Amino acid sequence: MTNEEILRLSASELASVIREGSVSSEEAARAYIEAIKAEDGKYNSYVTVCDDAIEEAKRIDEGIRSGEIDSPLAGVPVAVKDNICTKGILTSCGSRMLSNFIPPYDATVVRKLKEAGMVILGKTNMDEFAMGSTTETSFYGPTVNPHGTGKVPGGSSGGSAACMAAGLAPLSLGSDTGGSIRQPASFCGVTGLKPTYGTVSRYGLVAFASSLDQIGPIGKNAEDCALLFNIISGVDDRDQSSTESDKVDLDKIKNFDVSGKKIGIPEEYFGEGIDEDVRARVSEAVRFFEERGATVEKFKMPIIDYAIPTYYIIACAEACSNLSRYDGVKYGFRPEGVDNLMDLYIRSRSEGFGMEVKRRIMLGNFVLSSGYYDAYYNKALQAKALIKKAFDEAFEKYDVVMGPVAPTTALNMGESLSDPLKMYLGDICTVLINIVGLPAISIPCGNDSNNMPVGLQIIGRHYDEETILGFAASYQRG
Amino acid sequence: MTDYEMVIGLEVHCELSTESKIFCSCSTKFGGAPNTHVCEVCSGMPGTLPTLNRQVVEYAVKAGLALNCEITRKNKFDRKNYFYPDLPKAYQISQLYFPICRNGHVDIKTENGTKSIGIHEIHMEEDAGKLVHDPLSGKTMVDFNRCGVPLIEIVSEPDFRSADEVIKYLEKLRDTLQYLGVSDCKMQEGSMRADVNLSVRPRGQKEFGTRTEMKNIASLKAIARAIDYEYERQVDAIEAGEKIVQETRRWDDEKEYTYAMRSKEDAQDYKYFPDPDLMPIEISEEYIRQIREALPELADAKRDRYVNELGLPEYDADIITGSTTLVKVFETSCSITGAPKDCSNWVMTDLLKLCNDNHISPEDITFRHESLGEIIKMVNDGKINRKTGRDVFAKVFTDNVDPAKYVEENGLAQVSDLSAIEPVIREVLANNEKAVSEYLAGSEKNFQFLTGQSMRSLKGKADPQAVRATLQKLLDEMR
Amino acid sequence: MEITPELVGYLEKLGRIRLTPEEEERTQKELGSILAYIDKLGELDTAGVEPLSHAFGRTNVVREDAVLNGDMQDLILANAAETKDGAILVPKTVE
Repeated sequence: MTNEEILRLSASELASVIREGSVSSEEAARAYIEAIKAEDGKYNSYVTVCDDAIEEAKRIDEGIRSGEIDSPLAGVPVAVKDNICTKGILTSCGSRMLSNFIPPYDATVVRKLKEAGMVILGKTNMDEFAMGSTTETSFYGPTVNPHGTGKVPGGSSGGSAACMAAGLAPLSLGSDTGGSIRQPASFCGVTGLKPTYGTVSRYGLVAFASSLDQIGPIGKNAEDCALLFNIISGVDDRDQSSTESDKVDLDKIKNFDVSGKKIGIPEEYFGEGIDEDVRARVSEAVRFFEERGATVEKFKMPIIDYAIPTYYIIACAEACSNLSRYDGVKYGFRPEGVDNLMDLYIRSRSEGFGMEVKRRIMLGNFVLSSGYYDAYYNKALQAKALIKKAFDEAFEKYDVVMGPVAPTTALNMGESLSDPLKMYLGDICTVLINIVGLPAISIPCGNDSNNMPVGLQIIGRHYDEETILGFAASYQRG
Repeated sequence: MTDYEMVIGLEVHCELSTESKIFCSCSTKFGGAPNTHVCEVCSGMPGTLPTLNRQVVEYAVKAGLALNCEITRKNKFDRKNYFYPDLPKAYQISQLYFPICRNGHVDIKTENGTKSIGIHEIHMEEDAGKLVHDPLSGKTMVDFNRCGVPLIEIVSEPDFRSADEVIKYLEKLRDTLQYLGVSDCKMQEGSMRADVNLSVRPRGQKEFGTRTEMKNIASLKAIARAIDYEYERQVDAIEAGEKIVQETRRWDDEKEYTYAMRSKEDAQDYKYFPDPDLMPIEISEEYIRQIREALPELADAKRDRYVNELGLPEYDADIITGSTTLVKVFETSCSITGAPKDCSNWVMTDLLKLCNDNHISPEDITFRHESLGEIIKMVNDGKINRKTGRDVFAKVFTDNVDPAKYVEENGLAQVSDLSAIEPVIREVLANNEKAVSEYLAGSEKNFQFLTGQSMRSLKGKADPQAVRATLQKLLDEMR
Repeated sequence: MEITPELVGYLEKLGRIRLTPEEEERTQKELGSILAYIDKLGELDTAGVEPLSHAFGRTNVVREDAVLNGDMQDLILANAAETKDGAILVPKTVE
């Protein structure tokens, strides 16, 4: 097989040719590494490329031959977001603060990738500490959307989505705190799964907002995402918020029948501020399911109006605590010539963090500080309870809830940096899902008039990844 | 001059005696080279998560039950956020909103009778690391070995009115936690630390005065001195028309005064919020019942039993129950000998004297606890006499020798075999014809003399009773 | 909620961050507009609603009390800027 042919394969196709022996893991890794070196200058989707990936692939080839490695994705390369710790490999979180941080340990998901015989191609670019929706806040410069020069790839997992769209990885891992897998997947025209909170261990995921963060796969299609989800999911002794969950049944996904299923559509998801083209493409996708026997019903979910305030209060509160450990003492950026402790703290943090991170730290400090805690943080936890109730009620009636992933397609570069509130408002369709920990998938459903991809979001019940992956696969089968 | 009373509340931190840390699987062992009991979790590496140690919850509940607390059914952990180099995550995982125990009390004995001290709450938290000044570089050295060692913080109500009450309370806490096996409470190693909140007010006034806090004072004696000093200082200040400032003060035990620590730039705002990484802990009725049933007999109950059932003098019972080690040695000895009063005598006289002579506290004895009981049993069985027993115990105390073996190897066993005693006494009688004839003539006191001579010839190893009986028999034969 | 320059200064202190005067001015405006939006949450009726800190049901997740980690000093210190005799060095702390 030529390199071009290898790069065109889906992850499951690549796994099967490797299993058959017609392509080696080494050849696959080499094809991707060469493509990254040739092409990624245009996109800047990788922060670090793992040169030893080819050597690693050789070892895996031996393991596959000897029967030692036997997993559905054995030998397949994978790109990993740069906020997931890789032992001995720079894990920068897109920040100057961690631009020299070499983790002494592997994240649980990375260990699982290795055990499954997958080859890590490199670490992908991201918004600094996953705070952003455009991958423009990275210390390593912005990532470019392969679908349109001058367009952002979305964020914060922009690198993981862009490398997929550019054909520079067959699969990647992202993380999703308020839409950071789904929105870049939507902007880049690929499939991204945000699993149920707790199904994938967070151990080794550099924390942004602990109660919202979740690692998930980005792939060419739902089936690839399902395969990678099965590898990375499972309860982990090192993450006490993780839970045991059933593996997804690939046969059920491939043969999923939507007839008789009930789809709920929150009216608020199609309200003001939603781009006409987005509305049209998502409505067409919903019609696709309706034509195949699913019932579709609109319903009201007024709590959506409070999604963004609730989300930003909780996320920033947790973030300001999680990011306090970056103080120049133990790891990370430490400026030269500090002469006292306060100076060390202030200069490390002022010079090590970018503006968006500082803004969220300040917002978090505000909502937690004495005198404001009840009005903001506690109020947000009450709103969270009401949001959970609203979804519980919706899922009594519907098997899935659908809507757009984002109100627009990919924005122009630089557009949202000037107005943070505008950027925050773009998260309206995704943040609710993290607040209540539900699984959701983003799949491409056509393009807008500028030929930029639009994403459909399918939201499921807790632990019911199988149903949303089934819907997605049935759409992608056509 | 106005009569002022002091009002004191205590916050006591005790390290729990777990093997591993509260949120990771590193050792809690005291000491060790810097940063050798540290992993990616307790050093706060990016991406790491805490995992709660089951034993910490159990110890906290045990302590709470023993201190008469209500146990909180739904527990959560909160983050206390502040920057300091000994706190690698820049937040301490603690409990603010739902502490594990509340509303307890401890009864202490004061000069004016029994007084009940309220326990406001007990919460679980993690310890911080150690900072040491490095004179060579002029910088501070950071060691994370203590980071994540589990603590309970026991917060009292402001119920103390004298240094004596504070000391009695701390002794009681220490005894209780040691009995439970929950903490070794060694102040010198920092496994028990007390923060003293003290204010003064004119006697009779209801409102509290402004309080100061004295942190981490290293010994009970120092605490008593610090309290008396700080009381005087506050009274003098008020009398001089000054205002007491709410601040943290440090006690200098050498110079015997307190001074205000450099005040932080701002008032602390700890921004507590529930830790999302740790799941709530729900404590069931059944769990509490099991722990309550397994609680060991505590000092008060033990002392009463020693006095009422074993017949020990109150003073002895107080002393023995004041130390878990003395209790262990005493109870082990009782079960070996079945003679509690003898055992108490040996502990009170011999053991404490040896501790005193060797300048160690009973907690630091190194001999096998069974040894003392074995010695007492040999004495009571007539195998060795009291004096030999004392000598053997001295040897046991310093070198932890095996008493039976030591007696055997050094030929210290008492001769109680009549066939061995009789020929020696016959010889004594033959050598003391005058004393014998005087005795036979009616001089009773010569019996004592002849007994002494016999004992000497037997080199003190004979059972005095056997000697007297044999002597009497032989003399009677001569009448 | 109005964001004053004093509040911006206080938040910088809490977060151990120092902004330039231009950044402070910008931040005051941005935080102002963000908070104006967030303050909308005040309209939501939450009377009697129990705050939900942990949404997803797991309780009593604990591990056994066992020492599994040995000495890994090298790994722990590898990322530190300045070390000495196994300890991390920082500027002198306030006594």
